[in-house]
Amino acid sequence: MSELPFNSTSYYHLLSEHKLMGCRNKTSGKFYLPPRPMCTTSYSSDMEWEPVSGKGEIIAFTVITVAPTHMIEAGYSRENPYCAAIVRLQEGPAISAQILGVDLSMPEEAIKIGTPVQATFIERGEGPAKRIYLAFEVVQ
Amino acid sequence: MAVKKLRRGVALVGAGMTPFGTFPGLNTRDLFVQAFQEMRASVDKGFDPKDIEALVIGNYSSTMFEGQNFMAPYVADAVGLTPIPASRVECACASSGLALRQAIMTIGSGLADVVLVGGLEKESDLPIARVTDVLATASDSIYENPAGFTFPGLYALLATAYMDRYGATPETFMKIAIKNHENGVLNPKAQFGARIADIMVSKQKAAAKRGKPVPQWDSELDFLKDDQANPAIAWPMRLFDCSPVSDGAVSLLLVAEEIASSFTDKPLHIIGYGQGSDVPTYERESLTTIKAARVAAEQAYATAGVTPKDIKVCEVHDCFTIAELIAIEDLGFFKPGEGYKAIEEGLTSRLGPRPINSSGGLKSKGHPVGATGAGQVVEVFKQMRGEAGPRQVPGDLNLGLTHNLGGSGMAAIVHIFERRQ
Repeated sequence: MSELPFNSTSYYHLLSEHKLMGCRNKTSGKFYLPPRPMCTTSYSSDMEWEPVSGKGEIIAFTVITVAPTHMIEAGYSRENPYCAAIVRLQEGPAISAQILGVDLSMPEEAIKIGTPVQATFIERGEGPAKRIYLAFEVVQ
Repeated sequence: MAVKKLRRGVALVGAGMTPFGTFPGLNTRDLFVQAFQEMRASVDKGFDPKDIEALVIGNYSSTMFEGQNFMAPYVADAVGLTPIPASRVECACASSGLALRQAIMTIGSGLADVVLVGGLEKESDLPIARVTDVLATASDSIYENPAGFTFPGLYALLATAYMDRYGATPETFMKIAIKNHENGVLNPKAQFGARIADIMVSKQKAAAKRGKPVPQWDSELDFLKDDQANPAIAWPMRLFDCSPVSDGAVSLLLVAEEIASSFTDKPLHIIGYGQGSDVPTYERESLTTIKAARVAAEQAYATAGVTPKDIKVCEVHDCFTIAELIAIEDLGFFKPGEGYKAIEEGLTSRLGPRPINSSGGLKSKGHPVGATGAGQVVEVFKQMRGEAGPRQVPGDLNLGLTHNLGGSGMAAIVHIFERRQ
């Protein structure tokens, strides 16, 4: 893993192995998730990979009924909407992801900002088109 | 840090636009010719188009919408302006706000005295799903789009964050839509120039004509809360919280201040100008404000030497209703967390103390992405010169402001205009 460049290709490669990883800049100590090839504080590229707990909380969300093409292909529609959110991880950074295990019929009551969630992984597509996506599940 | 300003003044002396809507059979160039002709007619003392020294157009994606990249020289040719410099700038929904800024800088630098600004977009040739995909290329294709986000979804994030922090409800957003439709009904250029109440009646008539049960609603709010009539797109953003898919073109004529009097006795001096950028939604410290807009507004007020309370007429970028709410706070008209109360109290209506989007806004007037920022300037031009007809905002409108966002708010451009006579 040490040879992996600190970028989105590596991030998604690690996700495909069910690993959620960020990188820490050794000069500034700043932690990045998603990873970046350069620290925007120190301008140093001296990075090292660092795993995260996958624990976080919802800081903003929506329930999408009119889905983009790739989500329609994944089976979503007006009849089968999904929750997309921004989750702030315990380690500090925040990331966009789908939220699983929430009641979408009454979003106002069912989904709350501050809800604790845990990272999980979704597999979509088959064969060469197979791809792993980050998602979060509500912690019961 | 000292305020950095243009080396010389720039004035707006002409403004024209097509109606916004869907226009089968008319391409971007055809639309721009219409806007150009209306702009020519708006220049009080007339002028010779051969005096134009540069063209700057804002266009988001003729590349994907029409299969035509490299639009600037084609547009220059359409209005007979070759061989002058012709440039296209792209800044998502702020493309023509940026074109205006580039034209201001061209004159301010001394490189030209007369510059034509264009804003143009032709979206409706593609099926709606493809239009959505083209628009989605302005959100983060690496980290936002894979999570299933759409533009309504990204602005819905701001809405849920705002509701949670300050206590606004989806009704607040509905009231913005009702207000903008009220304004748009008075604008002959508006794509959806109908009150929500008119839309209710037309839906009832359509149901009766088809022999179906006629739906009943007690009020406009009741209609907007009806999941059938006003379905969710990305909760809490519903259909009537979203601006439409539109075609349109806009043309503005800018000149060096010292020659403005040979074009008109009522020029608008562009005294404030600001531009900002920001990170994608997931990287932001706050989701209840758009930092790029605050930065752009601070620069604009500083360069103009005026404060928010001095502004008399204002067009903001309501691509979604939540964006108007955040805009009136980012522009300093209301304190953070108090904008929604102002909307509830009707303070932002056309005849209220802080009129916002007298044109109907993007919501009712339409949102042809690359034409939108320049389109806002047309409204301010008409209002400040007392030429807005039945939707004229009352009072001495000596200062006007336009607020144009790009994408999810990763770019923002603000301009302030002054009428001195």
